[in-house]
Amino acid sequence: MDELLNDFIAETRDMLQALSGAIVAWEAAPHDRSRLDEIFRFVHTVKGNCGFFDLPRLEQLSHAAEGALAEVRSGGRAADTRLVNAVLAVIDRIGELVQALESGESLASEDDEHLIAALAPEDSAPAVLPEAAAAIEPETRKAVRSIRLSVDLLDRMMNGVSDAVLARNELARRLRDAPRDVAVEAAFERVSACIAEIRDGITRTRMQRIDSLFAGLPRLVRDLSAELGKQVRLQIDGGDVELDREMIEMIRDPLTHIVRNAIDHGIEPTEVRAAAGKPKAGLLRVSARQAGNQILIEAADDGRGIDGEALVRKARAAGLLTAGQAEKLTPSQKTALVFAAGVSTAGEVTAISGRGVGMDVVRANIERIGGVVDIDSRATQGVRLCIRVPLTLTIIPALTVSAGGQVFAIPRSAIDEILRVRGGAVRFDTVGDAEVAMVRERRVPVVGLAPLLGVSATAARDDQKIILLRPAGGDVYALIVDAVHDHEELVVKPAAPAVMAAGLYAGTTLADDGRPILLLDPSGMAKQAGLRFEDSDIDRALLAGADGAEAPREETTLLLLRTLAGGVRAVPVTVVERIEDVAADAVGFSAGKLRVALGDRILPLAGCEAAPAAGKLRILRLTDGASEIAYGFAEVIDIRALAPDLQPALAPGEVAGVFLLDGAQVELLDPYWLFAVHAGAGQAGQAGRVRPVCALPAGDPWIDNMLKPLIESLGYRIAGASEDAADVVIALEGDEVADGGAGAGATPVVRIRARPEHGGGKDDSIYRYDRAALIGALSALSAAKGKAHG
Amino acid sequence: MADLLLIANLAGRRIAFPASEVEAVVELEGVTPAPRAAGHVAGLSALRSRVLTVIDGLASLGFGRSEGAGLTEAIVIPSGGHTYALLVDDVEDVIEAAGPVSPVGAPLGPGWDRVALGMVEADSALFLLVDPHALIAGPAASAA
Repeated sequence: MDELLNDFIAETRDMLQALSGAIVAWEAAPHDRSRLDEIFRFVHTVKGNCGFFDLPRLEQLSHAAEGALAEVRSGGRAADTRLVNAVLAVIDRIGELVQALESGESLASEDDEHLIAALAPEDSAPAVLPEAAAAIEPETRKAVRSIRLSVDLLDRMMNGVSDAVLARNELARRLRDAPRDVAVEAAFERVSACIAEIRDGITRTRMQRIDSLFAGLPRLVRDLSAELGKQVRLQIDGGDVELDREMIEMIRDPLTHIVRNAIDHGIEPTEVRAAAGKPKAGLLRVSARQAGNQILIEAADDGRGIDGEALVRKARAAGLLTAGQAEKLTPSQKTALVFAAGVSTAGEVTAISGRGVGMDVVRANIERIGGVVDIDSRATQGVRLCIRVPLTLTIIPALTVSAGGQVFAIPRSAIDEILRVRGGAVRFDTVGDAEVAMVRERRVPVVGLAPLLGVSATAARDDQKIILLRPAGGDVYALIVDAVHDHEELVVKPAAPAVMAAGLYAGTTLADDGRPILLLDPSGMAKQAGLRFEDSDIDRALLAGADGAEAPREETTLLLLRTLAGGVRAVPVTVVERIEDVAADAVGFSAGKLRVALGDRILPLAGCEAAPAAGKLRILRLTDGASEIAYGFAEVIDIRALAPDLQPALAPGEVAGVFLLDGAQVELLDPYWLFAVHAGAGQAGQAGRVRPVCALPAGDPWIDNMLKPLIESLGYRIAGASEDAADVVIALEGDEVADGGAGAGATPVVRIRARPEHGGGKDDSIYRYDRAALIGALSALSAAKGKAHG
Repeated sequence: MADLLLIANLAGRRIAFPASEVEAVVELEGVTPAPRAAGHVAGLSALRSRVLTVIDGLASLGFGRSEGAGLTEAIVIPSGGHTYALLVDDVEDVIEAAGPVSPVGAPLGPGWDRVALGMVEADSALFLLVDPHALIAGPAASAA
């Protein structure tokens, strides 16, 4: 806003200067129409701008002058000397006010009414001023001591500081080699500290409030919605988040495109919205916030959402998907197709969004600056797009790797995981000429960095490292490098076009020792390696599907571990918060049970009978979202995605059941039981509450393994087999609700379907893994119930 | 005032660059290769804290690649927002042009035609005035 105001002040001053000639000429010849027009235009412009800035005094003055001049222009009044003087006085006052605005002084306002009154025709009564006019003081602005700097100059300063940092590093190396001299070292420390401070300061000068990015949005939204005949309400939040200037420029186009899309394709025309029972005006929320060293910019609309099926059809037409692949896509994968090149949401190209710039370009632009775009779409409820970008464009955290004896950098934001080739965690298969890695039951395509770059690898295959890269959204692939070196914060600059032409690089940077490093572009590499869009995710869905007709839905990711007693047990990774080593003396038998002290907390400890005598104990920290317990074990064996064919345990206990894995028996831990027993004491308060009862279909393993713990964690008690009365019934799609007693007819039913796709029509079922919707449905029911009772 | 020319040797010819386009002549401290970049890009080098894109003048003319070893003298040329280091056989001197640039009027041979600005007389010799930006753009740019 401040910047806009500065622009306004500068513009007004320029206009005043240009006008001074016209004012003098008009004074000499009050009937000169062209001079009159010129002055009229000036006050008109000032009035228009004032409205924008909430400067009531300037607005009133210019409005009054405009009114008087309009009368003259229409011939209703002659331009006599008195009017000319009055107008000139007003213009002078505008000049003074602008001056005052700039310097932050306040200017007495009582004269304004005289000036305005003087504009009135002679014979009319003195104008009565609106009370507000005198009452409203101009915003008192603090004197802002600021100057305008060109970004070039800032860049030069930045470069200078970077040079200084490099020179310091060089000097530090020399000093290490030279004989020690305390005085020299002290002086060097001082120089070092100064350089660090200057660097910090310069970095901050590059920061700018994101306001300047959002400032254009109201106008854009207004124009677009007017053009399209839609009503859109724009909500902007978090304008005070600061971001690197250059970054703001890089985000401007993608954000504009997203907003255009939201209004053009997302938000429905008024009548459609009315028919759908939505408020007439669509809501578009744009917000920014800082999360760690990332900035999140979110644009959410409440429009019709993205038609995943239409995208699939487009992708099929464009040859990006086969029919088989298309069938296996999850809804979110379908939505993510919007980012595929050559797939546009628009049924037809419109004047607004159809400018040849698709979401693929938006994603490419965001990724170029080390960012990520996520999309979340709900049919009829709208689309939420989230852009995550690093705090500054110039300094990004990166991992340095090497291939063929040369060092490259990879933005850390794209790195999922680093593995050893020899580690055994990865298995390689060759399919045709392509290599596929099996990483924890998940197949990912393999790209060798050295062959991709056309250099020869210097490390033997077994010594190489695997980096799992996730450029955006889901297309994970494995990059094989010769060696992984270090995490570094790198100052990244764009590379020359002839280098960018390789399609592999995102920019250049300098290492601490001053040698240049190329920053690799993860999505560019995937493209250059010929990996097709979303291959890995599609393949994963396909491969998982090939194992068994309904396998993918039943799979749970399990952590396999060896217990202290030596047995093999599995626990769903979803309940594992983290794995930690604790000293034996942190474990003690206190207040009736075994507990472990972790920092300032004490967690109940399961999995062991007694405190270990000495050494360390490895624990799993399990969480149910509200409370935590610790589970002692010996070692992690593996993490596998499995669909266990569970033989239930005879009685409820620590182990829910047993299943076969590679010919061996593995016991599956029952987190629910663990929490009920071990965390129970801490939740005594809950026990006193009457828990609502939920009836579940019996005999379905998914219900028993997955849903039951979830429902119970929401505070429900699961109805026993013989119980008829329940507060809510959960039924699988297609099942008849067992119509128990007289009251059962009124019992609300939540239906669950196994397919992700919505059945359409009156289908009100919930996809079984749509946890949020499930919880929402249950809490809506209990809220409704509460009301009914109250 | 007469235009200043930077005289250099490239592909066995003495050529001139307009000195106004040249920022400096430097010794490069090693060149980092840029795999898969355009063919006339020899790699990257650093000049203080700036990354220079090193252009192989010979490759840009389509005469093959310069010999790898000992190629350290380079002409620093800012072009299109980036800074380039142009590798030539060697750099002689900066001299004043004795007259205006005139068209050559005869085919210069492959490679040279694309980068020539004309000919210019200086120091009682005739030089081919070469556009450094055309050298930087490389052969691909003219084909497109």
